[in-house]
Amino acid sequence: MTRIRFHQELDDLKHRILAMAGMAEQAIDLSVQAYAQRDPALCQRVLNNEGAINRAEREVDEFAIDLLAMQQPMAVDLRFILAVIKINADLERVGDQAVNIAQRVLNMIGLPASELPVDIPAMATKVRAMVRDALRSFIEGDTELAKHVLEGDDEIDAMNHEAFASLSQYMQSEPGNAAQALDALSVARNLERVADHATNIAEDVIFWVRGADVRHGAGQSLAGS
Amino acid sequence: MPTAVEVRDLKAWFGKTEALHGINIAVESNHATAVIGPSGCGKSTFVRCLNRMHETIPEARAEGQVKVGGMDIYDAPAVDVRRKVGMVFQKPNPFPSMSIYDNVAAGLKLNGTSNRKTLDEAVERSLRQAALWEEVKDVLKKKSGASLSGGQQQRLCIARALAVDPEVMLMDEPASALDPISTAKIEDLIFELKQKLTIVIVTHNMQQASRVAEYTGFFLMGHLVEFDRTEKIFTNPSDKRTEDYITGRFG
Repeated sequence: MTRIRFHQELDDLKHRILAMAGMAEQAIDLSVQAYAQRDPALCQRVLNNEGAINRAEREVDEFAIDLLAMQQPMAVDLRFILAVIKINADLERVGDQAVNIAQRVLNMIGLPASELPVDIPAMATKVRAMVRDALRSFIEGDTELAKHVLEGDDEIDAMNHEAFASLSQYMQSEPGNAAQALDALSVARNLERVADHATNIAEDVIFWVRGADVRHGAGQSLAGS
Repeated sequence: MPTAVEVRDLKAWFGKTEALHGINIAVESNHATAVIGPSGCGKSTFVRCLNRMHETIPEARAEGQVKVGGMDIYDAPAVDVRRKVGMVFQKPNPFPSMSIYDNVAAGLKLNGTSNRKTLDEAVERSLRQAALWEEVKDVLKKKSGASLSGGQQQRLCIARALAVDPEVMLMDEPASALDPISTAKIEDLIFELKQKLTIVIVTHNMQQASRVAEYTGFFLMGHLVEFDRTEKIFTNPSDKRTEDYITGRFG
């Protein structure tokens, strides 16, 4: 090992992005919990934590850009730093989606509770699992797990479409509860976007580990590999 | 694209020590090919075999086939080979007592060219190609090669090599003794020269390899471990040893 300090800095970068990931993951967990429990205090925690996630995003980016400029990394190290920069942006967006959900939940809490024809907690469980697996694939450099995350995205898209169809119909039949249904629809869409960010993270892990660009279906050749 | 240099099963020795163990490579015309690897890996020995400089070292010999533009260089007179394949070294080595003009004209004069007009034209053309003409045109015969800065001396050596109109230019760490501005000029020059000839450059500086070369070969312990498009080598090499070297995990 000849570039000891540089590789220590890469480890440091990984720790920083994982700390950021922890915050984003917690934000989405809290927002989903807030929905299930109609808990304004949990919503407030999500809103309060957004600033910390934004600060962490800037710090990770600065550190990664410094490494690019000062160390001129190559090959797997270059791919790692590029992947971190992209994952960082996705995690920040996950934080934003959590804030959107929290705001919708606060709105819903101000309205009468109603039985909506959508299983948001079930969708949230799958989305959280995707985020968790995407991050685990990053921690362990596990491309098989990353591929598994990619496969999960279609299911979430289908759930989102299903939520749209059933809630649209519900709004027509129960116009008095349209506001609640609209909020739930937004929450479903936010969750679907969180799943997209988890997918992006998984793609970045594959790029980092294998040097393969699998975005936009380009990774179908990897399916059997 | 045609091949400028074709190397088949090239082996080289220093005495009884085998320094190159059967290299096979095809260098594409009008492109720059970088040769990288840790100290002692055989990269300089390799390029010195491409114009028969290796055999000028006592006890050194080479075996195998090297074709330049179709000519088997080990079946041709060494003088002819070096006219076809110019070389620039790490440390600029102008003839110190000669004027700038005579430095550039030296190779042509050795080859028997004495016509003043022909020499004048060749000197100007070569100095222009080496991006040195504007800096020295007024002192061509007044100043010696040694009076120039390090970067200018290196470009003078390039001009000297260009004067005999080679097909291939070998560069053995041509910028490693130069400051960043002089280095940038040499790198710009490499881009210009590729229009006319083929370049093989040995460098320890991987950023330089990635900036100037379309192809890169990684040498390790006398073997060519990997040869590919430069962007592939530096972003996603196929061989773990290449990756470990370019990421600084050994070397």
